[in-house]
Amino acid sequence: MRYIPNTDRDIEHMLEVIGIPNLEALFATIPESDRLRSPIEVPPSVSEFEVLRELSQMAARNANSDTHDWFLGAGTYAHFCPSAIDALVSRAEFLTAYTPYQPEISQGTLQAIFEWQTMICELTGMDVANASMYDGASAAAEAVLMAMRVTRRSRIVATQGLSPTYLEVLRTYIDGLEAELIVVPRGPDGRSEPIAPYVDSETACVIVQQPSFLGTLEDLPAAAQAAHDQSAQLVVTVGEALSLALLTPPGEQGADIVCGEAQSFGVPMSIGGPHVGFLTTRKECVRQLPGRLVGETVDSEGRRGYVLTLATREQHIRRERATSNICTNQGLCLLMATIYLALMGRRGLRELAEINLSKAEYAKQRIRATEGLSLPLEAPTFNEFVVSVPDSADAALERALNAGIVGGLKLDGYAPDLTPSVLVCTTELVSAQAIDRLVEALSGSGR
Amino acid sequence: MSDQDRISEVGNTGAGTTYEEPLLFELSREGRAGYSLPELDVPRVLPEEILPEGSVREDLKTLPELSEVEIVRHFTRLSTWNAAVDFGLYPLGSCTMKYNPKINEKIARIPGFLLAHPRQPDALLQGFLELCYELESQLAAISGMDRVTLQPAAGAQGELAGIMMIRAYHEARDEQRTKIIIPDTAHGTNPASAALNGYKVVEVPSSDEGILSPEAVAGAMDDDVAGIMVTNPNTLGFFEEHMTAISEIVHARGGLVYGDGANLNALMGVARPGDLGIDVMHFNLHKTFSTPHGGGGPGSGPVGVKNLLAPHLPTPVIQKEVGAEGPQFRLENDLPHSIGRLHGNFGNAGMFVRAYTYLRSLGPEGLKHCSEMAVLNANYILARLRGTPYRIPFDRTVMHECIVSDAELSETGVTTADIAKRLIDHGYHPPTTYFPLIVPGALMIEPTETESREGLDRFVDALLSIAEEAKTDPDTVRTAPHHTRRSRMDETKAARHPVLKWTPEPPT
Repeated sequence: MRYIPNTDRDIEHMLEVIGIPNLEALFATIPESDRLRSPIEVPPSVSEFEVLRELSQMAARNANSDTHDWFLGAGTYAHFCPSAIDALVSRAEFLTAYTPYQPEISQGTLQAIFEWQTMICELTGMDVANASMYDGASAAAEAVLMAMRVTRRSRIVATQGLSPTYLEVLRTYIDGLEAELIVVPRGPDGRSEPIAPYVDSETACVIVQQPSFLGTLEDLPAAAQAAHDQSAQLVVTVGEALSLALLTPPGEQGADIVCGEAQSFGVPMSIGGPHVGFLTTRKECVRQLPGRLVGETVDSEGRRGYVLTLATREQHIRRERATSNICTNQGLCLLMATIYLALMGRRGLRELAEINLSKAEYAKQRIRATEGLSLPLEAPTFNEFVVSVPDSADAALERALNAGIVGGLKLDGYAPDLTPSVLVCTTELVSAQAIDRLVEALSGSGR
Repeated sequence: MSDQDRISEVGNTGAGTTYEEPLLFELSREGRAGYSLPELDVPRVLPEEILPEGSVREDLKTLPELSEVEIVRHFTRLSTWNAAVDFGLYPLGSCTMKYNPKINEKIARIPGFLLAHPRQPDALLQGFLELCYELESQLAAISGMDRVTLQPAAGAQGELAGIMMIRAYHEARDEQRTKIIIPDTAHGTNPASAALNGYKVVEVPSSDEGILSPEAVAGAMDDDVAGIMVTNPNTLGFFEEHMTAISEIVHARGGLVYGDGANLNALMGVARPGDLGIDVMHFNLHKTFSTPHGGGGPGSGPVGVKNLLAPHLPTPVIQKEVGAEGPQFRLENDLPHSIGRLHGNFGNAGMFVRAYTYLRSLGPEGLKHCSEMAVLNANYILARLRGTPYRIPFDRTVMHECIVSDAELSETGVTTADIAKRLIDHGYHPPTTYFPLIVPGALMIEPTETESREGLDRFVDALLSIAEEAKTDPDTVRTAPHHTRRSRMDETKAARHPVLKWTPEPPT
């Protein structure tokens, strides 16, 4: 067994030091009747090259953004990940360390988290960002729980523009609590209907996704006004993090908590995880923020360094009175995002966002001009939008697939009123030519 | 020389290739770039022209401007400030810091895993769905559970899912139970997960032997108790010898038994939680199944259940259907009694690939050998510390980790934290300290199976030399570490005056 150094001779010596006759005796405290007396029923082991071959064959049965032109987004985005990211996060010093409990030998991880917190604050326009959450969905759920703690209220107003899976996760998280969830319907242009009529003095927060699940840009100042008029909090969850490079930061539009999914920042799609959620707030609410936080300090010789801080919010200190049960975060993925943001930097990130926007506008213009296709929602969008197709979403997506294209998300189950339609996303990975071929396939005009 | 120039001049410390490393923002120089973007092949759109007024942001002024080489050096230098498993023993108790095989990483990067999308149609995702289905089956076989969900993103989310399923089970029977029993040795996540579900926590003390007694559980058990959360082996490193009896007591009053699988590394091929009356448990793929800890995650916390809880599993579940064209795997969302979803997608899928690779590499004998060697290593450390200044609070055969206490050293004025910090000077990441809470001055040592005998000897020798030093030269221990690039950090200052992000210095 190549992962285990001790040989039979080592084992013999160690048993002698312990003072027991054999390995079996190590388990003497396990009652006889509790023991497993047969081998575990899992397949026999295979060698390194066999396991590589076996899993390569499994992987080959998954379509991916290398094998197809990719227009499927809906919360997970096919952006390019620069090569430096994987090279750096593969360094064992990052990969095989754990939570930086011992700051003197964890400054690498701690400083990177401090840099992440700084850049997430800049992007969202907020004061404080934590050291990441599991994903965008749990970040949204934790944001709502946080707003309930801050306001000591229990009614939640969510817009229908939230990703359906985020809404599901939110329902799961609040199920054991005495909380009420109200969903504001989508209006005809794809944005939320006016929110104010749904907010009252019992409302803890209004939660809005920007851009919405269907790609439309919500009116955040109006949502803020609706929330603040009743002293409720505005929570903004960011569906496509790249949009933050282009849009006015939610923190400047009245958001009290901004959360979201940062997978777009250099984290591979990896079939939906591991990704990386973020959660930010204003400084006066920092003690209600869940998750780890890194702060700047000095060592005993006055040199700058970083530590985990404000831990009295956390489960390992506060146990059942903690702000959350969260323990690990998504350390390695936040490192990917931090490296990505450094590489793209002040100008590159904005330019990339404009490329995404331009591709989407080109695609929309082509769709408007194509018989059989239309854009049912009129609100402005970033890099994702709904396309009405002539026959059925299944048929349209099948035609795309036959042309080597994963054409988007079938919306039948998500937006019955828009059926038949497809949610299409255009990142920098799709060429103008691929867009032309998608439009042709969705419309069926190439038949 | 401007302030900014001076900071980045800090660079080389005069100590060879040891570098001080400024923040990205301090290194930034206007005009540099680390990105490469394709030529735009569609008409360029001006955001201000098509987006509503006021919705386009200004400059991202805090983001740095740096070339790729500067960024690579920045993070490479930062990495050298970390301790890690690939450097050496990292005996952080309860975290199972075992070696993370390189083949796991290689396979997780195959495009069919790395570049596939969670919402692509089932038919285009058959390889992954099969992997999930097989991983679920293998985890079930290892643990003696009937069904497994891979969805929870970490152990703590697995606990949350498990307690939610317990609640759903009682609610389906129209029972309103309000309490969860938790032993005093439990991880902090246990009470926090119970509280997130609205349960009141009833703490039960461990016996003089460091395990749960059936009497203590019987005393706490009543018809308001929804269940008990037990970590087995517990955080003292002991097998809960009365587990079966405890499960019977809880079941007799209608409660369910949650098993915290944080310490499963001791039991593979030896005993199965499912055979001890556990109804629901979580696994930590980043502990037992060798996925990397990544500086604090991603973890992955699958949950196994007995059939009685299967209707409450999170959605979706993966189903296998055997047809004329061979097995097909599909996602089932229609589970009316499900607790719902916990993750936006399938969970930390990349970790499933790594854990499955590990299971295929080990097989039944390999898994059992891991547990045997993990337990051997922990008992070897304990045996070598017996009769030394370290006190052994409960001197019995342990499983995968052992607890010693520094209590006898306290008269020297040296604390547990001091010993931990001094271990760093000897080249070790310290063990978990001050936990479990019931042992004053605890050092919780988990060597794992991937350490050699002589490696453990050197670690024990380091502990013994520190104990000696605590008597002869306590100041050196109290002010450790001395051989790191930062000495002891002022954590009080960090908490009193939180500085949680970089801000540019105002122009002078």
